[in-house]
Amino acid sequence: MATFHEKIEKNIGLMIILVVLTVSVGGLVQIVPLFFMHSTTQPVEGVKPYTPLTLSGRDIYVREGCYLCHSQMIRPFRAETERYGHYSLAGEFVYDRPFQWGSKRTGPDLARVGGRYSDEWHRVHLNNPRDVVPESIMPSYPWLATTQLPTDDIEAKMRALRKVGVPYTDEEIAAAPAAIKGKTEMDAVVAYLQGLGTAVRFKR
Amino acid sequence: MADFTSGGWSLYITIVTIVSLIALFFLAWKLSARRTDSGPVETSGHVWDEDLEEYNNPLPRWWLNMFYLTIIWAGLYLIAYPGLGTYKGLLGWTQQDQYETEMAAAEAKYAPLFEKFASADLAQVAQDPEAQKIGGRLFSTYCTTCHGSDAGGARGFPNLRDGDWLYGGEPAMVKTSILNGRQGAMPAWGAVIGADGVKQVAAYVEKLSGRATDDAAAGQGQQLYQTNCVACHGPDGKGNPMMGAPNLTDDIWLYGGSTEKIAESIEKGRNGVMPAHGELLGEAKVHLLAAYVLSLQGSAAAHYED
Repeated sequence: MATFHEKIEKNIGLMIILVVLTVSVGGLVQIVPLFFMHSTTQPVEGVKPYTPLTLSGRDIYVREGCYLCHSQMIRPFRAETERYGHYSLAGEFVYDRPFQWGSKRTGPDLARVGGRYSDEWHRVHLNNPRDVVPESIMPSYPWLATTQLPTDDIEAKMRALRKVGVPYTDEEIAAAPAAIKGKTEMDAVVAYLQGLGTAVRFKR
Repeated sequence: MADFTSGGWSLYITIVTIVSLIALFFLAWKLSARRTDSGPVETSGHVWDEDLEEYNNPLPRWWLNMFYLTIIWAGLYLIAYPGLGTYKGLLGWTQQDQYETEMAAAEAKYAPLFEKFASADLAQVAQDPEAQKIGGRLFSTYCTTCHGSDAGGARGFPNLRDGDWLYGGEPAMVKTSILNGRQGAMPAWGAVIGADGVKQVAAYVEKLSGRATDDAAAGQGQQLYQTNCVACHGPDGKGNPMMGAPNLTDDIWLYGGSTEKIAESIEKGRNGVMPAHGELLGEAKVHLLAAYVLSLQGSAAAHYED
């Protein structure tokens, strides 16, 4: 036994290999097989890739760190589905790179916020949440309405996403700058939020 | 969830899991095999920096036994619950079943409660203290984000306790508003009547609500009003609940009642949207919500109590 101990301790290469093997068992069993399942890699029927506008909105959502306070993952518990709607399905997130599931709910879950409020509500609320919800502790985002969306990087973003499996066509990518020209960041975020969780219709 | 692209993945998970559990057991077992309860303690056999040695004490017995227990627990767990690839477990537990059981239990408990009110007349339900309480809870979950926790509304989002209605205050209308939503359609008039026209109409609208205004402007505004606004707001400015056109004579302003805000509404139009809630909530809950909103009418004191 002592010799075995000594052999590992004095052979750094062997030690690295054994350490990597040991710590990777959990990931090998729990994570790797997920890349080879239909339910986690195929879109649920109705889920479409983001449009140039909603994709831009998503990037602003990420930039402003919305995921730090808002989750996008409705768990299959009654307390959640009563408030937010049908629980989330893995196949709804296949075009989210990275996904915005989040891990903290200082604010409510947003996985199915699409259509729950009017566009106007989102504009007022993002500009200053206290205008509609006096008790709100959410920060104001007044610069969204006054900042134009850049049109020069949207094609590169879409091409990058295509490389990892989002099925954008050449025509869609070529038409993207025109589609978001003249739009503000507010337009993009509202379009993104209004699309969240709406691809799949669930009836009670 | 058993939808792997290849059946090999199930086998792979099973083998890696079981082999690592067995390996952990043997590692702990081997390490503790040389237990000597008396005599000098062994060292790990190496010497560093001239005289640094390391005792090779065996693991404490209590710790080791607990470790064995966790391994046994893992084994039992993997037999009872799904974990080894596509193996479903002896108990046949699934996350979805658990959710459906939870929902069914809640349905059995609450459905009779909702049923009791669902068939009753809304005006009656609105008087029922129990219904008001249920409705209040539903309201604070689903409605307060726009209409406020006291139902007092906000600019652009109607006050629900002032007895003033855009789409009609009859019980059936209130319920329809919640079930199917509403879509306001005040067009932008800026381009049609010009900046002066907007000012004049604004002056007339202020006059309609009984304010003192520039009478000359209001007079011209009245002519513009008669041409452009009567179709929805009516010849006397009383509005039309069929279209959600507000009454302009009651001095209640959804988008602000200052001269500037009135002019802004005329110039740019307003398109307030009440989202449909029928699909999300179901008819029974909407019924109680409508009753709750009706119960708020004319009440200065807050009905809503937590």
